[in-house]
Amino acid sequence: MSSPTTMRPRPLSPNIQIYRPQLTSVLSILNRMTGILLSACAVGLVVWLVAAAWGPQSYAAVQGAIASWIGQIVLFGATFAFFLHLCGGIRHLVWDTVHGFELRSIYISGWAVVAASVVLTVAAWVASASMGG
Amino acid sequence: MDPQNMRSPLARAIGLGSAKEGAGRWWAERVSAVALVPLTLWFAASIIAHTGGDYATFIVWLRTPLATILMILLLIVLFYHTALGLQVVIEDYVHFATKFAAVIVARLGCYALATAGVVAILRIAFSG
Repeated sequence: MSSPTTMRPRPLSPNIQIYRPQLTSVLSILNRMTGILLSACAVGLVVWLVAAAWGPQSYAAVQGAIASWIGQIVLFGATFAFFLHLCGGIRHLVWDTVHGFELRSIYISGWAVVAASVVLTVAAWVASASMGG
Repeated sequence: MDPQNMRSPLARAIGLGSAKEGAGRWWAERVSAVALVPLTLWFAASIIAHTGGDYATFIVWLRTPLATILMILLLIVLFYHTALGLQVVIEDYVHFATKFAAVIVARLGCYALATAGVVAILRIAFSG
């Protein structure tokens, strides 16, 4: 019997580090991570709008930062995060109507979210490039 | 009965599940999410359409009534949804007194950013 002064480590239920990553868990974590990332992007949106309201010079400065290679990488990541969160969010809204909970449906909708996010991201950048960006 | 609480145990229990509250917040998350689907897609399409455009063109577009209205709606719903989402994340990972401070900071930060964005849009729409 342990003495009352020594703290015995309390048993903990298995957490995410115990399990092998699966499509279901990875998409769940990504939905939350993209949500946090998009919160930061929303700050950028306000900075961009305030710069536009400030005048042409500050707007040009922000546009210049976006046009830099690091800005383009961030914007590309933000585009993919946006579409992943959007498609994942729609998947959640469908689940809220108590549809698509069978294991097969969950994997079909999961891969559909991944495929749609990739296609929409590429489509957005191709469309943007065709506009002369 | 708890001397600190004059309400009867039944009155305290009615309408309260084990979570005590949250149905309203859950619904607000869903409504804001559904509203953001058309608003964000409209915004993304508009920004793509303005790629490579100059400042004047962008301002002329923002000053059109539809763009002004939809941008303000986007900012309000976006930051409302962001506040609700960040609150869920904070409540899951931050504990004790810091939790309340973090939730308040996230909320007020979202309201401040939404206000700044709306003021910027209004200044563009109504200046000159």
